[in-house]
Amino acid sequence: MWQIRIHGRGGQGVVTAAELLAMAAFMDGKYAQAFPSFGSERMGAPVVAFCRVAEGAIRTRETVTRPDVVIIQDPTLLHQVDLFGGLAPLGFVLINSTQTLDALHIEEFLSTLPLGHVCAFSATDLGLKYLKRPIANGPLLGAFAAITGLIRLASVESAIQQKFPGAVGEANRAAAREAFDVVTTSITEQRGIVHHAHAD
Amino acid sequence: MRMQIEGSQAVADAIALCQPEVIAAYPISPQTHIVERLSRKTKQGHIGRCQFLNVESEFAALSVLIGASASGARTYTATSSQGLLFMAEAVYNAAGLGLPIVMTIANRAIGAPINIWNDHSDSMALRDAEWIQLFAEDNQDAVDLHIQAFRLAESLSCPVMVCMDGYVLTHAYEPVDVPDAVQVNAYLPPYDPVQVLDPERPVSIGAMVGPEAFTEVKYFSHQQHLRALEVMPELVEAFEQHFQRRSGGLCSAYRMEDADIAVIAMGSVIGTIKDAVDELRNTGVRVGCVKIGCYRPFPKFQVSALLEKTTRVIVVEKDLAVGMGGIVSADVQSALQGRQISVHTVIAGLGGRSISTSSLKHMILEARAERLTEPYFLDLNKTVIEQELARRRDIRRAGPVAEHMLQTMNVIGTKVS
Amino acid sequence: MDEAMTTERIKFYQTGTFTAGNRLLDEATRTVQSRLDRTNSLNSGHRACQGCGEALGARYALDAAMRASHNQLIAVNATGCLEVFSSPYPESAWQIPWMHSLFGNAPAVASGIAAALRAKRRDDVTVIAQGGDGATVDIGFGCLSGMFERNDDVLYLCYDNEAYMNTGIQRSGATPPFARTNTTQAVGEHPGNPIGNGKNVPRIALAHGIPYVATASVADLHDLERKVTKAIGVRGARYIHVHVPCPLGWGSDPAHTMKVARLAVESGLFPLFEAEFGKIICSTPIRRKVPVERYLELQTRFKHLFGPPQDTEALAAIQAMADDNIAVYGLME
Repeated sequence: MWQIRIHGRGGQGVVTAAELLAMAAFMDGKYAQAFPSFGSERMGAPVVAFCRVAEGAIRTRETVTRPDVVIIQDPTLLHQVDLFGGLAPLGFVLINSTQTLDALHIEEFLSTLPLGHVCAFSATDLGLKYLKRPIANGPLLGAFAAITGLIRLASVESAIQQKFPGAVGEANRAAAREAFDVVTTSITEQRGIVHHAHAD
Repeated sequence: MRMQIEGSQAVADAIALCQPEVIAAYPISPQTHIVERLSRKTKQGHIGRCQFLNVESEFAALSVLIGASASGARTYTATSSQGLLFMAEAVYNAAGLGLPIVMTIANRAIGAPINIWNDHSDSMALRDAEWIQLFAEDNQDAVDLHIQAFRLAESLSCPVMVCMDGYVLTHAYEPVDVPDAVQVNAYLPPYDPVQVLDPERPVSIGAMVGPEAFTEVKYFSHQQHLRALEVMPELVEAFEQHFQRRSGGLCSAYRMEDADIAVIAMGSVIGTIKDAVDELRNTGVRVGCVKIGCYRPFPKFQVSALLEKTTRVIVVEKDLAVGMGGIVSADVQSALQGRQISVHTVIAGLGGRSISTSSLKHMILEARAERLTEPYFLDLNKTVIEQELARRRDIRRAGPVAEHMLQTMNVIGTKVS
Repeated sequence: MDEAMTTERIKFYQTGTFTAGNRLLDEATRTVQSRLDRTNSLNSGHRACQGCGEALGARYALDAAMRASHNQLIAVNATGCLEVFSSPYPESAWQIPWMHSLFGNAPAVASGIAAALRAKRRDDVTVIAQGGDGATVDIGFGCLSGMFERNDDVLYLCYDNEAYMNTGIQRSGATPPFARTNTTQAVGEHPGNPIGNGKNVPRIALAHGIPYVATASVADLHDLERKVTKAIGVRGARYIHVHVPCPLGWGSDPAHTMKVARLAVESGLFPLFEAEFGKIICSTPIRRKVPVERYLELQTRFKHLFGPPQDTEALAAIQAMADDNIAVYGLME
């Protein structure tokens, strides 16, 4: 079973991201469960949502304390909230940020993760490009499909289209596709550099 | 159709298929998503001529349904927590009048301190209000229980609460098979009231009853509830025939065949308990789980029968009778009267505290080793309690308990450095 | 003097109140209550006290409503005297479909009935809710305001006897200043009910902008029947506030119920008016104004005002209230 924790701020669509992830997994024929951190938070407050994906029925209802994947929608949460608590040793981290991993000063949390398991890219910029709004969800889900391989990009797109029919969904899908490509390239490069370094 | 859907939306879809004629609602978290969707469906004309009333309080919401139900309409509302308590007077009244209203309780704690998260304090407070209380294990169960609830309520002229854990179920997206209208229509006959306000045949409903007959009236209600224990399994059978799946029911067993220890609970925690049971079974612990699906009326004999071979019972409940202990556990003990079974009471998940598989496993092992205090509070932070007690010994005007506890736990303004 | 003459004279003096006795009217303008085909919605045999204003008002109002609605009527009753004296099972004085739920929810229950009728396409049935002043201005006020605000198709009748009489005469939000009740005793520096701003529910109803609001009194039963009949012909939320003396609670002679009610109107203390969609459209003029003392002195709840020594300040304050009503509602124009 995969456990995913999504951190963001109220109004950024954290719950929607978890929902879309679950829907995409469902479309892939998997079992999925998504639920919010049940807060009464207002716009801008730190919020969390959870998602589980498995090959069989999911029964547990506990919150995700040992995530396999952490998605960070808002980089201002870094150093504010315990984002990486309980992260699995072979886990994945996806950060929406215009800054590089080095500039974010989080290597102490992430240095033990396998290569290609950590990715920082500006999902917000892609949101602005396609939706003219700082919406990071579509790109983040595309990136999630790219780094984890847990769900197919096609399912992410179908989930987005189902949730947001029409032009908005179409723009979101395009943003997700580009994020998928960008992140796939970035991971390949990361691995390539390492591979190259080893070769030397 | 099987779909990945939020619990509240799935329930709203199921309610819509039951074609209520009057819905009255007042906002309170976490039930709002259900009635929001019903309000939309009503406006879209998807629920026939259903009238959706936005009222000024929960008390008014149920009162509107009392009038509508007495006029022969199928009625529905949903509430939670303070909302249920605010309508308490009408809750008793609806049952006393024998009106088959169906109400979802999106279970939530009761303040103070104000808390919007899940536990069972709300429906527990009204457990003896003469309503049938069903508890959903997951969102499929929640959907199916609502459909069964209308048939059950209308066949007995008795109101039914369908309790589903707030947020944990209402806000969870999971796969649910939402039935279609043909299936529901075949299962749920039109509402045929036993009493109705009708100008052609005037009756007086709700007049005073004195000491001469009040006991008999209440005894009749008791009998109706006992009859519900017989009717419900029939409805579950019929449901299975129509929908090709088993849902609801008075109580059910999981891996109880040779279990020495049984964990008994209600609602969504059953799923987590089943995981804990499986993990402990893998290590050779003979533990099983009993789900109580219908809390009122309480299926005494049925629960007792499921515990035939058990020597130890752990009742995990999301409520607390302060100064006493467990509520469900007291009912279980009454069901097991005269039998040599240890019954442990575990208070868990109050105010939305997540109940983890690891804590449950620990609890089961501790119970087996006779190390549980009575009642046992799962994951209780005793340090905080001791510090607060000490503080109160020293300072008379110690201020709000909750605030200082949170300060002690360093929850306010937490920063990860 | 022969017997016929005596009867004649008593009837004649009744008309001195400016309400014409049925006997003096042609058949078409007589009250519904005087007709042989009246429905007796609230039938005889109930347990109200002698001289009960509420029983009188309810009987006239509901029979008029039955006639106006072609007998297609459902009534809801709040907890209170009317409910208790009319309905201990297995007896019921109600010959119409009638329901009692709780003290504070009659307007909401009625809203629910109206909603059910709408769902069932029954637009021929009228829904009435009724309650005393406690049920209306206090405990059921939230539900009442909600029913108004949604403009639910309900006619609400408040029978105002100015205190909680069912529970043994305690102060309500409609109890007038200085009146003695069991929770505003005639002792201490300021005996009786303290002067507040009062809660004028007819005006609050009016502020909701609902299609019809009226005040009525058992002092003028023709007028009460007329207003009820008019209200039945209107759809949406309607409110009629009926002043009904309570001999027990007011300490008045049961034989003087009509007289007391009449003096409340003629002193200006209980103004009669009608309003549509938030605007007052007419009021009933006072033809012979009487000083408030004439009304107050018939009731022991105001006995402490008459001394000795007489509380001239209080009496002046009450007179000022009456004069204010006369000015505001144009009762002497």
